[in-house]
Amino acid sequence: MTPVLFWALKLALLLLAVAMLCALCRLVVGPTAQDRITALDCLYVNGMLMMLVLGIVYASNVYFEAALLIALFGFVGSTALAKFLLRGEVIE
Amino acid sequence: MNDAFLGGPLPLWAEIVTAFFVVAGAAFAAIGSFGLVRLPTFFRRIHAPTLGATLGVWCTTIATIVYFSVQGGNLFLHALLIALFIALTAPVTTIFLVRAALFRERQKGGDVPPPLKGD
Repeated sequence: MTPVLFWALKLALLLLAVAMLCALCRLVVGPTAQDRITALDCLYVNGMLMMLVLGIVYASNVYFEAALLIALFGFVGSTALAKFLLRGEVIE
Repeated sequence: MNDAFLGGPLPLWAEIVTAFFVVAGAAFAAIGSFGLVRLPTFFRRIHAPTLGATLGVWCTTIATIVYFSVQGGNLFLHALLIALFIALTAPVTTIFLVRAALFRERQKGGDVPPPLKGD
């Protein structure tokens, strides 16, 4: 692995960590419930991207499955929480 | 830390393409998340993470496809599944969230949609 890709992967991991910290900050601070759910949505997308980058770092396909699972359950969770805000119950 | 970075030798062009798209995707995600912290109201904030959910995911997916395709010697299109899934589901989540936010703002008696500062 050339230094170009090595440092690019490190930089990408750092940027994604900063992105996750920003989302976490909004998750903690967020004045309303919808702010927190938006932040959670952003947080899981960033975590999924980090899984993809880690898959390149370790040259392993296993991280791909983890990323797919995060994407699936993140979507289900965000939709259920938004539905809860809208109606007061998830399944009617 | 050096031992953690495994992987066989790749042609230089593949490494450069992978490096470019990985950094671009991570930078888009970081900018989107920073907008989430920086923007003042919820209805402006909701726009920021879409940058990470579209361009960030697509760039990282292209990098993954290029890297694993060159490394494995055959086409690795599994990552495209994630990009298509995010592209299909991110608008659904956003629509639900905005509708919930509008509903809650109107229930509180807020002026929705709130007037912009300029007009």
